[in-house]
Amino acid sequence: MAKPKLALYWAASCGGCEIAVLDLHAKILDVAGAFDIVFWPVALDFKYHHVRAMEDQSIDLCLFNGSIRNSENAEIAHLLRAKSKTLVAFGSCALEGGIPGLANLTTKAEIWEYVYGESPSTVKQNGGVYPQMHTAVPEGAIEIPEMWDTVKSLDQVVDVDYFVPGCPPQPERIWEVIEYILSGKPLPAKGAVLGAGEKTCCDECGRTRKEKKLKKFYRPFEIEADPKECLLDQGIVCMGPATRSGCGALCTAANVPCRGCYGPPPHVVDQGAKMVSALSSIIDAHEPQEIESILDQIADPMGTFYRFSLAHSILRRVEKQ
Amino acid sequence: MKHIKIDPITRLEGHGKIDIFLNDDGEVANTYFQIPELRGFEQFCVGRPVEELPRITTRICGVCPEAHHMASAKACDAVFHVDPPPTAKKLRQLLYNVFFAGDHTTHFYALGGPDFIVGPTAPAAERNILGVVRKVGLEVGGKVIEMRKRTQEVLKVLGGKQTHQVTSVPGGVSKGITVEEATSIEEHCRWFVEFGKFTIQAFHDIVLKNQQYVDLILSDMFSHRTYYMGLVDENNRVNFYDGKVRVVDPDGRELVKYSPAEYLDNISEHVEPWTYLKFPFLKKVGWKGLVDGKDSGVYRATPLSRLNVADGMPTPLAQAEYEEMFKTLGGKPVHATLATHWARVIELLSAAEMALDLVRDPDITGTHIRAIPTQVPTEGVGIVEAPRGTLTHHYATDEKGIVRKVNLIVGTTNNYAPISLSISKAARGLIKKGSEVTEGTLNMIEMAFRAYDPCFGCATHALPGRMPLTLRIRDTDGTVLQEIRR
Repeated sequence: MAKPKLALYWAASCGGCEIAVLDLHAKILDVAGAFDIVFWPVALDFKYHHVRAMEDQSIDLCLFNGSIRNSENAEIAHLLRAKSKTLVAFGSCALEGGIPGLANLTTKAEIWEYVYGESPSTVKQNGGVYPQMHTAVPEGAIEIPEMWDTVKSLDQVVDVDYFVPGCPPQPERIWEVIEYILSGKPLPAKGAVLGAGEKTCCDECGRTRKEKKLKKFYRPFEIEADPKECLLDQGIVCMGPATRSGCGALCTAANVPCRGCYGPPPHVVDQGAKMVSALSSIIDAHEPQEIESILDQIADPMGTFYRFSLAHSILRRVEKQ
Repeated sequence: MKHIKIDPITRLEGHGKIDIFLNDDGEVANTYFQIPELRGFEQFCVGRPVEELPRITTRICGVCPEAHHMASAKACDAVFHVDPPPTAKKLRQLLYNVFFAGDHTTHFYALGGPDFIVGPTAPAAERNILGVVRKVGLEVGGKVIEMRKRTQEVLKVLGGKQTHQVTSVPGGVSKGITVEEATSIEEHCRWFVEFGKFTIQAFHDIVLKNQQYVDLILSDMFSHRTYYMGLVDENNRVNFYDGKVRVVDPDGRELVKYSPAEYLDNISEHVEPWTYLKFPFLKKVGWKGLVDGKDSGVYRATPLSRLNVADGMPTPLAQAEYEEMFKTLGGKPVHATLATHWARVIELLSAAEMALDLVRDPDITGTHIRAIPTQVPTEGVGIVEAPRGTLTHHYATDEKGIVRKVNLIVGTTNNYAPISLSISKAARGLIKKGSEVTEGTLNMIEMAFRAYDPCFGCATHALPGRMPLTLRIRDTDGTVLQEIRR
């Protein structure tokens, strides 16, 4: 019997998801043995035109990482959707925009004005030079893709079958997903989150929790946190209660707060909204005004509560006039 | 006019692309090396609490997040005017040297190495890490996988996560190590030093004992006279984590030695409309276009550059090999781009020796690991050497430490102009009137930039380490005359 066909692709990402796959170490050879890898730009020489030439639905499994940030990312997302039986959004960026999605707090125009104009090291020539999709050079014409104003998650561009969260997904979880698929067991219902738990990050955290009554928040640099007690109990904003389990609570074990890379917990659509409600219930105040003034101590709620999920949240982006 | 496209070479984000134009005589008229993507970190970091940037800027690169984590933490130290305790600095440096040893290993065996170990014109299907394993044996292949596994294990202990570390915070680190952890890391570091020695020997046996390779390294086609940049300690020895940035001219004379806070007096960036990436250059020399030589502000920041600017290595075994390299290649500075591979394995050994020294230091298990900032945050610059070049993070904040301005000059970006030059020179040297452009030609052009271990190949640090390329030669109407795929 022919081996199942596997494709891996990265769009707007950092390469960390690819490294997480490589962190399977010797098991990566098992993956290469069990699958016929038909497309993996990082490692193999198959090209876009090879993929275009494939039959529709001829790839059994495609693990797609990275957010959708320009015309080329979108084009390849559509191509791989058409060619794949099962398309998996792999890692925070494909799942929910990830950290590149924080660009939805600003605009393409603002980014360009700074990067190519105002940045202190940049030489601004004759009112500014900016990238253009088509450039006539003395010898001919050359092109680059069009950058979008808004960063999108994969499922905002094409239909997605499954989701694997994490920035990056932890290698042990990746292996579980691959083992499951190779076992031949029936696949879970479409839309399922794979390679993660069904609880919150707090359930994996080894710190001791008490009844929370918060009057004051601290920023992580302001205090040396007790290594055994719940960080939120100590007044440090920790995204644990609004984050899906699966990573093993690595950040809190390293004495820094969770920032939510495993995405919202089961049955929660908007991670930021979930965090606001979690915080509201533990603040030691009853008057709305007092609650508000305590919450105001949090330095950057948008960039903290939506660190990885802004592009996929109910907000999606901040509108700028 | 013929138009040759190499698209995609795998990526920075998305991919890189090379366009080669031939004139009617079939000679190279010009080449363009384009970077097709921008994510805008500098702009969307504005408004964030500055202490979060060591955890946000790691996502610039998932292959070398350690470099951004460190440069960012150092910039935060400067913003808060705080000096981390000795144990914290040593823990950061331990993490950083272990990272360097692992990162250079992957490049040497999986990316750059196959060209030499398997051969520059070997069949493309062989010229990858699997080919390396076939050539040198499974035992060596297993060692490389083990090196990677061990470095990642240590990075998880020291950094909290093996990718996208979290432990460096303004004023120090969030977590120390126990005596047991130090003992275990020491055992790993001893192994890293042995692996470094083994790699140096392998470089001698496979590359230096082959006269063809030595000729290739020394050929004019792969050589550029440029300025060089790298961090040095107070004794002008190579340092990856800290020190001053030293720049030497193409004759090896010091042009400047600057502190991080002075980078804007020394570095500017030029913009071209046909690419998303800017071209940094030496401000005092000036931008003269994509040309090398003493009058051009183009500089290189690579392993070879670091060895060119320094007076020596900080550790004994690496120092011996450093002397050997400059003796063999005719003194400093070495302009041969392909000698970067030699410099890289010397750095690998040095990083391993350095890590072993650090983990044996009694301070390493100290418990005073944080200095809590007390002053009003303002502005600061943090510089480290990323494996691919000098990395600068510059932040300015309001009085509450909310970021108002971010400027980043990233490892590979330093080398954008020289990589473009190297591609152009190799293409001009290899593509001649009437000569057929073969797959081997293509690989030789690739070798010109692969030596830089560019970050658009950052992730090409992966398994078989072979960049997928298509090269098309078109006539003036755009008709494809010849196509090579691999």
